Formats: sequence, C-alpha cells, structure tokens
Amino acid sequence: MNRLFVKLYRIIIAFIILIAGVTFERTGLIELLSDPYEYPVIMELFLQHLYMVTLSMLFATILGVTAGIVLTRHRFRRYAGVCMYIIGLGQTIPSLAVLALAMSFLGIGMKPAVFALTIYSILPIARNTLAGITAVPPELIDAGKGMGMPPMRILMEVEIPNAMKVILTGFRVALIINIGTAALAYVIGAGGLGDLIFTGISLMQTDKLLAGAIPVTLLALFADFLSELLGLSLISRGLRLSD
Amino acid sequence: MSTLRFIVDNFNEVMYLSWEHVWIVGIALLIATPIGVVLGIVITKYEQFSSRVLNGANILMTIPSLALFGLMLPLLAIFNMGLGKVPAVIALVLYSQLPIIRNTYTAIKNVPPALVDAGRGMGMNKWKLLRELEIPLAIPVIIAGLRTAAVMNIGVAAIATYIGAGGLGVYIQQGIARVYPEMILSGAILVSLLAIIVDGGMALLERLATPEGIRVQRKLSR
Repeated sequence: MNRLFVKLYRIIIAFIILIAGVTFERTGLIELLSDPYEYPVIMELFLQHLYMVTLSMLFATILGVTAGIVLTRHRFRRYAGVCMYIIGLGQTIPSLAVLALAMSFLGIGMKPAVFALTIYSILPIARNTLAGITAVPPELIDAGKGMGMPPMRILMEVEIPNAMKVILTGFRVALIINIGTAALAYVIGAGGLGDLIFTGISLMQTDKLLAGAIPVTLLALFADFLSELLGLSLISRGLRLSD
Repeated sequence: MSTLRFIVDNFNEVMYLSWEHVWIVGIALLIATPIGVVLGIVITKYEQFSSRVLNGANILMTIPSLALFGLMLPLLAIFNMGLGKVPAVIALVLYSQLPIIRNTYTAIKNVPPALVDAGRGMGMNKWKLLRELEIPLAIPVIIAGLRTAAVMNIGVAAIATYIGAGGLGVYIQQGIARVYPEMILSGAILVSLLAIIVDGGMALLERLATPEGIRVQRKLSR
C-alpha cells in the first residue's frame, strides 16, 4: 500500500515538472532569463530584494531580541502582558497597510520600505523572545543562582540557550513574512523582485511575472531551510536530544 | 482628521468595499474550513500521512502571497480566470489550510485518552466517538485556528487588490498611485480595524464554543 503511494507520488512530481517545463517554454521564461539585456536587470532586482530583507532583518533581530530580553527582566516584567497585547494587535495590521503608512510619513524609496519591514519583523521576534524566556523552567534559573551566577551570566548561559528554539521560530516567521512583504515594497518605490511581478501582472507578460514570482518563492523556501539549519547550530545538543 | 472626513464623505463606497473584503474572506473560509477540518481529522486516524500533509501545508504558507498570485495567474489564465476574485479566493483557501489542519490535528490528538476509553466503554463506535466526544472537545481549538486564518486572510485580501479582486486594498492601491495620503490612511486604518474586529469576534466565538464543563474546570484549576 505504502509503496504504491510512493510510486503515485513520484508520478505526480514528474507530472508537475513536465507542466512547469511546458509553461516555462510557452511563456518564454527561459528566453527572458537567458536574454543578455534582461538578465542583469533581474539580477539587480534580486540583489535589491536581498539587500532590503537582510538589512531589515538585521535591525529587527537586534531590536526584537533586546526588547524581549528587557521585558522579561524583573523590573519590567509587569509591563510584559500589556506589551504582548500591543504586539498581538500590531500583528493583525496587514503588511500592505504598514508599507502604505510608512510611505505616507516617510515618502517613497528604499528607506521607508526598510523601516516598514523592520517594524513589521520586530513583532514576531520580540513576541517569541518574550514567550521563550518566560517559559524557561524556574528551577533552572534557581540552579544557576545556586551556582553563584550573576544575572548577566544567568541570562547568557541559562535563559537564552533554553529559549533559543522559540526565538528561532519567531525569527523564521519574521524572515518569511519579510521576504513576502519585500515583494510588495515595489509599490512604494523600493524596487526588488516585486517590480517584475507587478509589471508582469499589469502588462500580462507571463515571462516577466514568473521571473519575479519563482525567485521570490524559492527565496522564501530557502529561508525556511536556512532557519532550520541555524537551529542545528544554535540550539544546544542536549536540548535537541530531549525533543 | 482629514482621514475621518474622507471616510465620512465616501461612506457608501467604504461600506461597499468593506463588504467586498468581508465577502472574499468569508467565502474563502467557508470553502477552507471543511477541507481543513476533514484533512485534520483524517491525519489523526492515518498517522503515517500526518507529517507529509502538515509539511505540505507549511510549504504553502511559506510561499509569499504576491508570488502565489503570480504563479497562479498563468495557470488560471487557461480558464480565463487569472485575474479577479477567483484566484484571490483560491489563494486564501490555500493559506488557511495550515492553521486549520494543524489546530484540528493537535486538538484531536490532545483529547485525554481516559475520555476516549470512557466513551468506548459506553459502547460508542468510531463515528460516535468522533461526533460526540472528540469534535466537541476540539471545537474551541479549531475555532482558534480559524481565527488565525481569518486575520491572516484579511491581510492577504488587501494585497489581492493588485490582481483586481477589489476590497479595501483598493484605497491603499489607489492612494499610493495618486499620492493621496488620506486615501492611503483610510484604507490602511479600515483594513487594520477590520482585522482587529474579526479577531475580537472570533475570540468571543471561541469562548462561546467552549463547553461549559471545560470552562468551569479551567476556572477551578486557575
């Protein structure tokens, strides 16, 4: 029974590849990609996209993790519930709305796009850092205290390693949302692969459309894979084994 | 203030676009819920497919919305439906699968085995167990999944404006094109407001759907 399914699975995958090949050929995607004039443009847009995502994720990770850590300190802990609620509300705001709002205050171009992407990516990272550190078992912290660790060392050696898995989940969600939202940044004049998709839709040029849509999808899938890989190196082995 | 004025001045259009937005999201949820719940229940019974189905739904969720519209366009163009509400609804249905399937699966998996045993001892067969025990206990969690899906879909439906699906995203799109800040702001605010209202409404529904016994138990355990 199971072997039959595997065979069916293979046939379906082969069929999908066949259809994809036919579509690429029919729409002229391969021609577009190998065109010596179009190729550098696509490459540049891809790099722009990557630049936007990397920069905003860098800011968002630093700010989000810091915010999460600060909110779990003893002095600020009572604000954590309120902040969690505000973050939850912020996450319900659609990405396009965040971009549009950034544009109406900061104008068009790369800067408002990176700003909006940063703001939007902070939310899941901060939320998961907060949740992860709060969920660290208190007896572990007590053990750290009993070993004479100062608060800083408890944070670095007990709380963060134990919360790493949850923090990385937040990072992964933020990264994937970020890549998708960066494709929309074209509408506020920031370029990126969205340029090809939007142009393709308005001109009904399927080759251009696919030249934008396929790399964005691959980028998102690759980011998913990358965060998994990051988990292998950042989460300590003992914690991975206990799962 | 001028944003408020814009909304008041165009009240009829605002209502129409909001209705369109709700309509797209609602239809998508109506289609997605039976598919997701049935798949979720099936993979609790046939455990060997569970990781495959969940991974598939996860991959669907990973695809950026704009790219998904782009990928579907040439395929649906064959049936002359590349633009408009049809691809928007299909994309929303696909995106809703992960939260609905995952929540159904975990909810039914987490029904205490003692209760299932008690049901079996009372002579319930598989269908009766599912209908009278597992599903009622799982419904609050399933509705929580629907809530996640609905809020996310409202955001994606705003983007669907660019493939001609209408909805409140029209204000954002047109506002950006005309550099008309009041229009952008009213679009952004209305979409966010809609998401927050739906989130609150679903939270209420979640509480109402929780069986009274479980609510009392939770209060006691607190």
